[in-house]
Amino acid sequence: MKKTTGEKTFDVFNALFMAFVIFITLYPAYYLLCASFSDSTELLRRNGLLWWPQGFTTGAYKLTFNYPLVKTGYMNTLFILIVSLPLNLFLTICCAYVLAARNMKLKKFIIPFVMFTMFFSGGLIPSFLNVRSLGMYNSLWALIIPGSLSVYNAIIVKTAIEGIPESLSESAYIDGANDIYLLARIIIPLITPTLAVIVLYYGVGHWNSWFSAVIYLKDNTKLPIQAVLRAILIENQNIMSANDMSDGEVNRYAETIKYALIVVGTLPILVVYPFLQKYFVKGVMIGAVKG
Amino acid sequence: MRKNNTWKRDFQRNKYKYLIFLPVFTYLIVFCYKPMYGAVIAFQNYRPAKGIIGSPWVGLKNFRDFFNDFYFPRILKNTLLLSTYSILWGFPIPIIFALLLNEITSTRFKRIIQTTSYLPHFISLVVVCSLIKQFAMTDGLINDIVELLGGERTPILQYPGNFRTVYVASGVWQQFGWNSIIYLAALSGIDVALYEAAQIDGASRFQRVLHVTLPGIAPTIVMLLILRVGSMLSLGSEKVLLLYNTATYSTADIIATYTYRKGLVEANFSYGTAVGLFNSVVNVIFLVLMNALSKKISNIGLF
Repeated sequence: MKKTTGEKTFDVFNALFMAFVIFITLYPAYYLLCASFSDSTELLRRNGLLWWPQGFTTGAYKLTFNYPLVKTGYMNTLFILIVSLPLNLFLTICCAYVLAARNMKLKKFIIPFVMFTMFFSGGLIPSFLNVRSLGMYNSLWALIIPGSLSVYNAIIVKTAIEGIPESLSESAYIDGANDIYLLARIIIPLITPTLAVIVLYYGVGHWNSWFSAVIYLKDNTKLPIQAVLRAILIENQNIMSANDMSDGEVNRYAETIKYALIVVGTLPILVVYPFLQKYFVKGVMIGAVKG
Repeated sequence: MRKNNTWKRDFQRNKYKYLIFLPVFTYLIVFCYKPMYGAVIAFQNYRPAKGIIGSPWVGLKNFRDFFNDFYFPRILKNTLLLSTYSILWGFPIPIIFALLLNEITSTRFKRIIQTTSYLPHFISLVVVCSLIKQFAMTDGLINDIVELLGGERTPILQYPGNFRTVYVASGVWQQFGWNSIIYLAALSGIDVALYEAAQIDGASRFQRVLHVTLPGIAPTIVMLLILRVGSMLSLGSEKVLLLYNTATYSTADIIATYTYRKGLVEANFSYGTAVGLFNSVVNVIFLVLMNALSKKISNIGLF
């Protein structure tokens, strides 16, 4: 089928528009990189779009990595990820398995019991008081244990479990397997692709989270990386004072260090994203089928 | 007697299932249902030292105070407007994007666009808002462009009039690609035979989009719109907290941020809880109504 002139024009404009979309999505990140490798005074002198670092220097990064809170921030986030993810996975699988289970008399109570929490919560202050009363105030556990189960993610896993033929579990029962064995040996290996998606969702959530840290943590040294970034970049807490350096150096990097910090706070996501992108999308599809 | 037996048999047969549910049950009780019980302090003059049992009950006083609060109309209006603008821009753009992307014939180019457009969704709010703050400074990128176009440099985030635009535009930037995924999935589910039939009948490309593609994804659109409107009042506080400042409270302060400031920053626990509870209850009612409407119109519901 031959294309008309109008259609060809549309194709050209559409492609141009999509190129523009790519540009506005990626350019901020590119600007960020350029600015972070620039010299502050030269950067301030320059107006408009950046295409290349102004007076190339890696000084801002050196300062960033020497800044104690950035180090502790990274370590705290790492700790949260390592401890949280197994817990997230455990609770999510348990919840999903029971939501997908058949022939359970109590299930007609369990489903609303679980689902209700998706739509209603006690609210910010009762949750805060609850966590405080459990002795988790000013402890990293406050960022790990509350919120360790996302019912939404459990529903995604439940959908995956329901996709396994029933005959498989029936024959396992006949062979004398109990539910724990069935779950650990048969079901989990069959749904690992979905579990990978879930781990990614939880992982990105932990990496990006900052609000719980702000309300639950008192000591700066306990803050995860995003909360550190917020303190410096949004709340304008002075970060130079922690370093022993001359005024000249402070001025030289005062501007660019902010960009370097933003890069440092995003880099891990940007690095893993291209490889994991298709898994993220898969999760949306599974969720969409259900929703 | 027989009833007892079936329960006993059920428990015996499913004891491991109940065992597997036990951690989830404990978690939900301690971190979801206990705070719901904790919300009764909205009807008290709560003193942490006395606890929920020992604190005096004050009935609806906190709610009355909230409705008479000088800021009540302002935060209600801001919440509704910020949500409405987010829906007005944030809802149609992913659909248009998905439709346009669907017209791209090169699979490779298509994949590159998709990969790129999903990316901002994964960038943390702190980073996005820091970037906005940097770009919006008097000597930042946005002002460079404004000056280039003949405008004057202004501290963008200091003007209440700019807040909603910044909030909505950055939200669209961050989410349009990600929110289009579901439409792209719906688009790929449309029967190719329909397009062929339309083509044979002489439908132009635009007519095919209008009469085949759009009706094909209409149920998805209706369902998502209803859900989106249903959660209109549950506007989260995180992004506003990162973007606003005392100069922009008049347009930026919403119910959720007010709850945070009153309840946690000023440690006015009972009052903050009452504000939050009001918001949650209105949310749920709104969501249930929208869900009922959805079921009536499109036969699709959340619950």
